[in-house]
Amino acid sequence: MLTALLGKKIGMTQVYDGDGVLHPVTVVQAGPCKVLQIKTVETDGYDAVQLGFEDIKAHRATKPLIGHARKAGVKPQKFIREVRLGAPDEELASGQSVAVEIFDDIQHVDVIATSKGKGFAGVMKRYNFGGQTASHGVERKHRSIGSIASHGTNAGTGPKLKKGKRMCGHMGMERTTSRNHRLIAVDKENNLLLIKGPVPGPNGTLVQVRVSRTAKANTAK
Amino acid sequence: MSQELLKKAAQSSMKTDVPVFEVGDTVEVSVRIVEGDKERVQIFGGVVIRRSGHGISETFTVRRIVNQQGVERTFPLHSPKVSGVKVLRGGKTRRAKLYFLRDRVGKATRLKQVAGQKKRPAAASEE
Repeated sequence: MLTALLGKKIGMTQVYDGDGVLHPVTVVQAGPCKVLQIKTVETDGYDAVQLGFEDIKAHRATKPLIGHARKAGVKPQKFIREVRLGAPDEELASGQSVAVEIFDDIQHVDVIATSKGKGFAGVMKRYNFGGQTASHGVERKHRSIGSIASHGTNAGTGPKLKKGKRMCGHMGMERTTSRNHRLIAVDKENNLLLIKGPVPGPNGTLVQVRVSRTAKANTAK
Repeated sequence: MSQELLKKAAQSSMKTDVPVFEVGDTVEVSVRIVEGDKERVQIFGGVVIRRSGHGISETFTVRRIVNQQGVERTFPLHSPKVSGVKVLRGGKTRRAKLYFLRDRVGKATRLKQVAGQKKRPAAASEE
């Protein structure tokens, strides 16, 4: 069974449920996705589906992309990702279109996207360090990292710092998985998913939405 | 395009028959309250002093005096819990937010009544 779709983050809004409770939702335009390739155990060693989202013009695509899409009989795609399958799915065929219907009975989803870039960020923003005090003799170092090691904490590493010491540096703009969002509604007419809460990335970012792997409600109800 | 999609997403939970009233009107708001498994309707009456926001997040604020104490309640316009807004009296105002009413007591809080119930463009402030 196919458990994921590709899409685009549209933005956030609010909707009421049947009890009159207002939910903050992220609107994701998911699919329709084109099946570009079916991978099987015999040919590739595992079962998977390669999906594409959003047609692009042939002159904006590379020749390998065009050729790959032509095999499935579709236009070159902007966003291509692979979705693993537990078992071969007979209903899927390359060139076929899949839409939000696959989320019909689903309560919770995971969203994978590239988070907003924050640039070169200090440790307070990047790792929630506390910084230094406002007074008590602290000057010009209120947001700085402080001591990074001592003789004791560094024991065993010699003159060097321990690997993985958290410091300032580039933050954001990385693949992020946001898990267990409640799926509030599925709009089949406009191919929209209404996902509770915020999802990574700016509006317009390309996202993968998959059936939540950890939420118990998905299996219970 | 994406803004239109956002609107479409919220459309399903927006009211189609939005109550028509303006800032300055004296209104009675019916609020559905669920107590256990019983549901009843509570009425909150007063003067509309503010309408704010747009689309699904539009709200309005009603002010009244209870036991010599000013009470203001803000309602989401599209909430299913706000089952109705009945206009008792139209009030003439020259501003959009009637915060000056907070500084007034007694007779000074009265607003000039709109002569007759003038015909208003239906839900003109709605998208």
